[in-house]
Amino acid sequence: MLKKGFGKKVALLVLAVFILSIVAGCGGNTSNDAKEGDKSAAGDTIKIGINCELSGAVASYGDNARNGALLAIEEINAAGGVLGKQLEPLVRDNQSKTDEAMNVSAALVDEGMVAQIGPLTSGAVAGSTPIAMENQIPLIAPAATADNVTVDDKTNKVRDFIFRVCYRDSDQGRRMADFAIDTLGVKTAAIFGSTSDDYAKGLAKYFKEQFEAKGGTIVAEEGFMNGDKDFRGTLTKIRGTNPEFIYVPGYYTEVSVLIKQARDLGINVPIGGGDGWDSPDMIAVAGAEALNNTYFTNHYSVEDPDPAIQNFVKAYQAKHNKLPDSFAALGYDSMKLLADAITRAGSADPVKIKEALEQTKDFAGITGTMSINEFHNPVKDIVVIEYKDGKQVAR
Amino acid sequence: MLEFIQQLINGLSLGAIYALIALGYTMVYGIIMLINFAHGDIMMVGAYVGFFSISILGSNIIVAMIFAMATCAILGVVIEKVAYKPLRNSTRIAALITAIGVSLFLEYVVLYFLTAQQRVYPDSAFPLHKYHIAGLVISNKDIFIIVSAIILMIILQYIIKRTKTGKAMRAVSLDRDAAVLMGISVDKTVSVTFAIGSALAAAAGVMIGLYYNTINPLMGIIPGLKAFIAAVLGGIGLVPGAMVGGFVMGVLETLVSGYGSSMYRDAVAYGVLILILLIKPTGLFGKNTGEKV
Repeated sequence: MLKKGFGKKVALLVLAVFILSIVAGCGGNTSNDAKEGDKSAAGDTIKIGINCELSGAVASYGDNARNGALLAIEEINAAGGVLGKQLEPLVRDNQSKTDEAMNVSAALVDEGMVAQIGPLTSGAVAGSTPIAMENQIPLIAPAATADNVTVDDKTNKVRDFIFRVCYRDSDQGRRMADFAIDTLGVKTAAIFGSTSDDYAKGLAKYFKEQFEAKGGTIVAEEGFMNGDKDFRGTLTKIRGTNPEFIYVPGYYTEVSVLIKQARDLGINVPIGGGDGWDSPDMIAVAGAEALNNTYFTNHYSVEDPDPAIQNFVKAYQAKHNKLPDSFAALGYDSMKLLADAITRAGSADPVKIKEALEQTKDFAGITGTMSINEFHNPVKDIVVIEYKDGKQVAR
Repeated sequence: MLEFIQQLINGLSLGAIYALIALGYTMVYGIIMLINFAHGDIMMVGAYVGFFSISILGSNIIVAMIFAMATCAILGVVIEKVAYKPLRNSTRIAALITAIGVSLFLEYVVLYFLTAQQRVYPDSAFPLHKYHIAGLVISNKDIFIIVSAIILMIILQYIIKRTKTGKAMRAVSLDRDAAVLMGISVDKTVSVTFAIGSALAAAAGVMIGLYYNTINPLMGIIPGLKAFIAAVLGGIGLVPGAMVGGFVMGVLETLVSGYGSSMYRDAVAYGVLILILLIKPTGLFGKNTGEKV
């Protein structure tokens, strides 16, 4: 008898706790609004959220971007900070996962950030976007290149608080098609790209458009999933169609293994890709020999003799003992642009920062001089890099 | 035709790896009726041990493989003693859930200590040589994997058919209580089974590291799952079934991605599982043995 009544009471108690926790979770937003008022007057530091992929599939991007951003903060703080206040970085790991990126953004909002740098991949930025928009925090994506990052492709409206400092996939894909036809002189190409994210799918689509528009023929179109490790079956199939060039849009984790397997199968034609290739892991996994005769579109070249770029390269190398890749450069540029915008806005209020970002004109970054256009995208050049004996060489 | 043969070669090396892992699944099931879901992760540990053996101790690939096999054999026995033996007389569901727990434990312990960063098998361990024979490209890695897998399977068959331990394994899997009555130490036999199965998984892990170059803590999940399907396909509990099942799965997967689309590769693998369970649940080599009272 006692047991039966007891069971019901426990069930009721559990239900009550459950409901309370749900209510508490929903109530979280109201406490945020109260915080927003004090954000602009927050203490002696300006808090900048850095939401990066520091572990997981594309950890190399986030790691290097964070290094670049922190180097920028060091330089800015050493020169007196912004508006007399020091910049305080809040670095968090989104584990290369979209839902984790959203959680990280929400946590950073709670901690009082006035702006967010990152995430790196377009997919993860899409995860953070609702949080940034709802809480009216400007988000600068250092390297998210999918076209729909800044412009909602269903309504064609600009996403108010989202900006980027890199070019778009439509520009990248077309640039590689131009390079293949004009510089390499090929007439047929195969596309073997990732189908797991908008980034790679977008690149493939724009490459194909431009390649065919210039008179080339696409002889094969195949896909792989992120996480795949065995590409030999499909590569053998592609080999049978005899393409003169293979376009492999995707992230370095898969592309490095893919290129190695392609060379192992005797596929020696030039292979091209996008900025997702930029990582030291490419050489570690694929090997310098397999990477000969491969090209990718990138954001800057480490060899560029411009003194500003070389100063950055030296400072980065002194601190981290390796050359900065594009993600480091873009992380650096994002932070410098943000600091510049805060200075122009004259305040650390997120909405004023957003307005200052929108008005950016001729900001001199490592990855190029950029002006933010009405779609929150920068207008800048695209560099093509060749892998020669394990080194990146600008073409 | 040439392309078909090339695809077959690709599929055979993949199949050899699946077969080695499937053997572990099938032997453990045969002896204690447990589907050891942690098996794929033992393979992962083997790959990591091989990696550290090559990069830190500087050993060549064969020494690394033997070292990995020894380490995982011990690991397998320890897991059995700690996680499965106490549940030997419990319901099979309890043991199954424990197996899943062990699997997660292995994955996240490795993740914690070695981080999620993928590691790269150094090329120096086994420098690649490509052989061009009649328009086909065969690498020495392909040959190494297929030949070592066959050698290991021959050794396994010898152990099972010609040694006393093997006889004990067969006896325990046929009827555990009768085996006890015959004076066979069930504990020892089960430990030996786990040791052998885990050693084979470790060999497969090193081969995967060699072939695909990169390893990460979660790499055991999908190959483990496909090897499990291979074991079921061949007839779970039957050693020749696991060998054949493994090769069939490997070739099937490669042919699907070669001739169909690589997107359907996994779907076909899981579809095979559903089909075989619907049509012939005892597997290709399985016989319908009713329970004799």
